[in-house]
Amino acid sequence: MNVENTSKQSWWTRIAHPGQFVAWSRRLLVPLWIATAALFVLGLWLAFFASPEDYQMGDTVRIMYVHVPTAWLSQFVYGVMSVSAIGTLVWRHPMADVSMKAAAPLGATFTALALYTGALWGRPTWGTFWEWDGRMTSTLVLLLIYFGIVALWRAFDDQLRAARIVAVFTLVGAVNIPIIKFSVDWWATLHQPASVFRLDGPTMPGSILTPLFVMVFAFTALFLTLHLIGMHTEVRRRRVMSLERRLAQRGAA
Amino acid sequence: MIDLGPHAVYIVWAYLGVAVAIAALIGFKLVESRRLSARLAALETAGADRSATHP
Repeated sequence: MNVENTSKQSWWTRIAHPGQFVAWSRRLLVPLWIATAALFVLGLWLAFFASPEDYQMGDTVRIMYVHVPTAWLSQFVYGVMSVSAIGTLVWRHPMADVSMKAAAPLGATFTALALYTGALWGRPTWGTFWEWDGRMTSTLVLLLIYFGIVALWRAFDDQLRAARIVAVFTLVGAVNIPIIKFSVDWWATLHQPASVFRLDGPTMPGSILTPLFVMVFAFTALFLTLHLIGMHTEVRRRRVMSLERRLAQRGAA
Repeated sequence: MIDLGPHAVYIVWAYLGVAVAIAALIGFKLVESRRLSARLAALETAGADRSATHP
């Protein structure tokens, strides 16, 4: 491929070719780090100094500013993995399985944090760290699905074959996401029903809703940053494996 | 620092746990990235990326 052709590459090639992808997306990392840090500084200031205590829960409402963003990411990351799984199965897109693999440990971490912060919020609010209700149980199932996906990736040496199997497993597991979302409507639960995205508007005042949204954006920016770094690392890992194989073959010849 | 009320211990542990987990996650990702970059550079320096027929 000559220089003239390189400059005329389509956006599809720039996304699909691993080396090209790393080259152009590397420039996004510094702005993403700055946005993440700025959003966290603003969000934490709002959460601790500008947000009032709740009239019923008191100061424990501040746990919501880390619980809701991590719970949101536990499902959003799975959504990213599901879209990537479709990219792997339908288009055999080379970066789709890289995206799937890089997202899985991040999703597992955010899901574990959602369960951890939920338990610490539940004890003073409900009187218990844990209850086997629909929302908590389905979120625990999501964590186990993430663990399964991470383990599946490690079980195969051939990452292209692993990608197709993981993609099918991911799409089957996606059935759990609407179950988590609607669990509070379908079953008796300690969780309150949806209180932000409702047809009749949020049930929270702006003084609590604003820090919540800023923290949701901060955590989402953190995920995007770490996901991009994870994708770059995975591209390098595959290149290293390929070169090591080539060296070994040359040594054997 | 603001007064976090009678349940301060739960709030502090929630934020502390999230901070430690995220710091560990960032650290792990950065170390892993640097380790693989260094390995890739070493392999390229060793000529592993050159074709065997054109040394």
